[in-house]
Amino acid sequence: MMLFVAIFAQFAVGGLTLVGLRRRPALAAALGVVVLACSAVLVAARGIGGAETSSYSVRWLPILGFNLNVQLDGFAVVMALLVSVLGAAVLVYSLAYFEHDGTYARFVGLFMAFAGSMFGLVLAEDLFTMFVFWELTSVWSFLLIGLNDKSTSARQAAVRALLTTGAGGLCLLAGVGILQVQYGTTSFSELLTAGPSGNFAHAAAILLLLGAFTKSAQFPFHFWLPGAMAAPTPVSAYLHSATMVKAGIVLLARTSPIFADVGVWRWWVVVAGVVTMVLGGWRALREVDAKLVLAYSTVSQLGLLTVLFGVGNRYATYAGVAHIVAHAIFKVGLFLGVGVIDHEIGTRDVSKIGAARRAMPTTTLAMVLSLLSMAGIIPLLGFATKEKALVALLDLERDAVGVVALAGVVVGSVLSVAYSIRLLRAVLRSDVAPERSQVAAHSSVDADHHSSVAVRIALSGPVVVAAAVSLAAGLTAATVGSWLVAPSKSLDVNAVSKLALWPGINDALITSAIVIAVGAVIGWRAPLSQSATSAATGERVFDGLYDTTMRLAKRITAVTQSGSLPIYVGVTLLVAAGALVAGLVIDAPRLTGGVSWGSPLEALVSIVAMVLAIGVAVARPRFAGALFLGGVGYAIAVLFAMRGAPDLATTQLLVETLTIVVFLLALRSMTQKTGTHVGWTPRVLRLGIAVGVGIVVPLFLLAARASRIRPSPAQDYFARSLDEAGGRNVVNVILVDFRGFDTMGEIVVLAVAALGVVNLVRRAAR
Amino acid sequence: MKIRSSAIISELVDRWLTKVATLIAVYVTFRGHNAPGGGFAGGLLLGAAFVLQFLAGDEPSIRRRPIRNPEMLLGVGLLAAFGTTLAPLIAGGSPLESYIWKLDVPVIGEVKFVSSTLFDLGVFAVVVAVVLMILRALGTDGAGVSAHRGRAASRDQGGAPR
Repeated sequence: MMLFVAIFAQFAVGGLTLVGLRRRPALAAALGVVVLACSAVLVAARGIGGAETSSYSVRWLPILGFNLNVQLDGFAVVMALLVSVLGAAVLVYSLAYFEHDGTYARFVGLFMAFAGSMFGLVLAEDLFTMFVFWELTSVWSFLLIGLNDKSTSARQAAVRALLTTGAGGLCLLAGVGILQVQYGTTSFSELLTAGPSGNFAHAAAILLLLGAFTKSAQFPFHFWLPGAMAAPTPVSAYLHSATMVKAGIVLLARTSPIFADVGVWRWWVVVAGVVTMVLGGWRALREVDAKLVLAYSTVSQLGLLTVLFGVGNRYATYAGVAHIVAHAIFKVGLFLGVGVIDHEIGTRDVSKIGAARRAMPTTTLAMVLSLLSMAGIIPLLGFATKEKALVALLDLERDAVGVVALAGVVVGSVLSVAYSIRLLRAVLRSDVAPERSQVAAHSSVDADHHSSVAVRIALSGPVVVAAAVSLAAGLTAATVGSWLVAPSKSLDVNAVSKLALWPGINDALITSAIVIAVGAVIGWRAPLSQSATSAATGERVFDGLYDTTMRLAKRITAVTQSGSLPIYVGVTLLVAAGALVAGLVIDAPRLTGGVSWGSPLEALVSIVAMVLAIGVAVARPRFAGALFLGGVGYAIAVLFAMRGAPDLATTQLLVETLTIVVFLLALRSMTQKTGTHVGWTPRVLRLGIAVGVGIVVPLFLLAARASRIRPSPAQDYFARSLDEAGGRNVVNVILVDFRGFDTMGEIVVLAVAALGVVNLVRRAAR
Repeated sequence: MKIRSSAIISELVDRWLTKVATLIAVYVTFRGHNAPGGGFAGGLLLGAAFVLQFLAGDEPSIRRRPIRNPEMLLGVGLLAAFGTTLAPLIAGGSPLESYIWKLDVPVIGEVKFVSSTLFDLGVFAVVVAVVLMILRALGTDGAGVSAHRGRAASRDQGGAPR
């Protein structure tokens, strides 16, 4: 239960910030740090060392079998700790990074809401729970990317990210639905027991993969992630490198054991992962903006993680878990470091950031360590985990998938060493002629801002800590590795392995040495100031699709919504009559029987109604037509009254009266007479439709009346009315109780129609 | 436009009709549970009274009175209906479940109150609001038909609803 409290508390801080603490964002952020720290402690206390997995459940929609289930198994502990600890670190950083204005309050609120969602996502025990939090993270991500809502490009990037991850979310939902229907559960452990196979399992697997790939920016959906860098640095560091983009990986990690035997799974995962890794690495090597370099490197690293979790090998799962941790730590450090440089010298251009070296030696050193970890250089944590990944892939069977995975990861690793080294060179470059004027201007403006020690510590603190953790964990790789065994085992019971600082000379180490050597040469020789490449192909394809959809929607609307009232009425009537005719023809029901004749007076009233109805059709002045129409209504009200339905009669009478008045009011602004010719269709056809509908509808009513095989539900209502609903007037009880939902819908329609009238008239008046 | 007889009628209408009509409409709404009536009928009745007032009086009277802000009434009505629908969920029941309270009031005797009456009051409010909104939109020359004002005004003398 405490886990739900933790999730709820994070949401609550988010909500509180957006509503109550708008003017005190710093206080809200401090509160957020405390809540996140408490969550981390809670997770550590409950999750580490316990023999059995604790799990909790909250009933949500028991009627539909939907509950929120969370569990705290090993993997969940690792992920939840990453989410909460990194969240707290980034929040501390953000205190110094942002101006404390309304935007910052919004950031803190959304950030905490996101943290709560992500926390729930990694703890999810079944796919349904995961889906709920999954969608929430997409929404917060959208809002956070578009945090600077005055920037068009930020808004566009936010929409791209939302539509891409949202489409993936829908695929995930479809997959969850298939599994729920087919196996009656979406729980990971129960699905593993069920062992899905066959066509439905294939479909579900592909849908889940689409969800995971869109979320984790796998090829061909990788394009939204670099675009998301329009967000402020803390957002990029937290959402788009350390946590949210790992959601897809978490999904893969959870479902890989279930679908490992489904044929398409491994191929898809490996091919997508490898392509993404190489593509991301290549783009990272060419980008000029340091933040984009990091974004593409994230894409590339996510590709590696996808491969590791997808191949379904016991070493690979362990390597994947270890690399998630390593990547989150060094990537957060790097993003925040670039943010510090950007904050201090006002540029992220890789050919210029070397200027920051002198001003910020500590931060620069920390970034160097993180970069070395990313490149996988001994003795940092990145070395141990990358090493383990190679061991796992070398251990694979040498079938086609295994070879593709191995070759792809080796090429990808060369590229990741290369872009790490390129960035390293950029950071360390001393021959940069810093644009003195710019730097000076920048620092003089923020002079007191910079002199504050607290700000400096808050900004560079997380960067330094991240680097220190990378180094310390690398030096004590064996210990850290032993902590990661339980988490891997919770994903795959067969998972085994260990980390080591110095694994000894083996195939993996030799491969790794070659990779580093080749990558270092490439990275050192790669130019820093490449002319910027045009927008990514994926982005262009997405925009093309988007524009085409919009155009298509407009054209369909233009065709179906012509704006002609006669056409709308004609089509509606034809379709309705067609359906009735189909029913009459197919079932060929009896038409007689079940009708009780009343007094001769009824016949008289009916004839009056008919005459009036003909009057509506033939009267040329609109005014007369409206009156005739009202007359028909009154006649019907009289019929109701004769048949003993006072409620209906009263209501009908009142409605008709009001309708006539409304008609007449509206008629004031129309031509007095109906048009002599209506353009859309000849008179004969209109007459045909009218007569046809007039014949078909009564026939159908007769048939419906004659084919009754059960007593009317009214009998039941009569019996229950007084006891259950406390009313003697069954008509009213039906309206407000038995069929209250219908009434609910009706008054909503009524309200919407009234608003529509008001706005239409207002528009016409302009 | 002012005719003497019309002025007398409008004065009477102004003074009495809406008050009496409101009473009757509320009565009709409340009795609906056991006898013909209910929220729809009650709302329409009051709406009809407003229409009469509108037709008898000067055009702006619908703006001054009786309810300045029908949109608000619309929202209140919808909220009342939604609230009655959802409230049983909080108590662990199913949506729209009816609760019946019986009170012994001195002199009057036993008074029974069914929770769905609130729902009916919501319907009542929505119907009244809709009538008022449509009247205001279509019936006021300023807002509604200014584009055709010239023609409409000239016709008002003749066949218009006065």
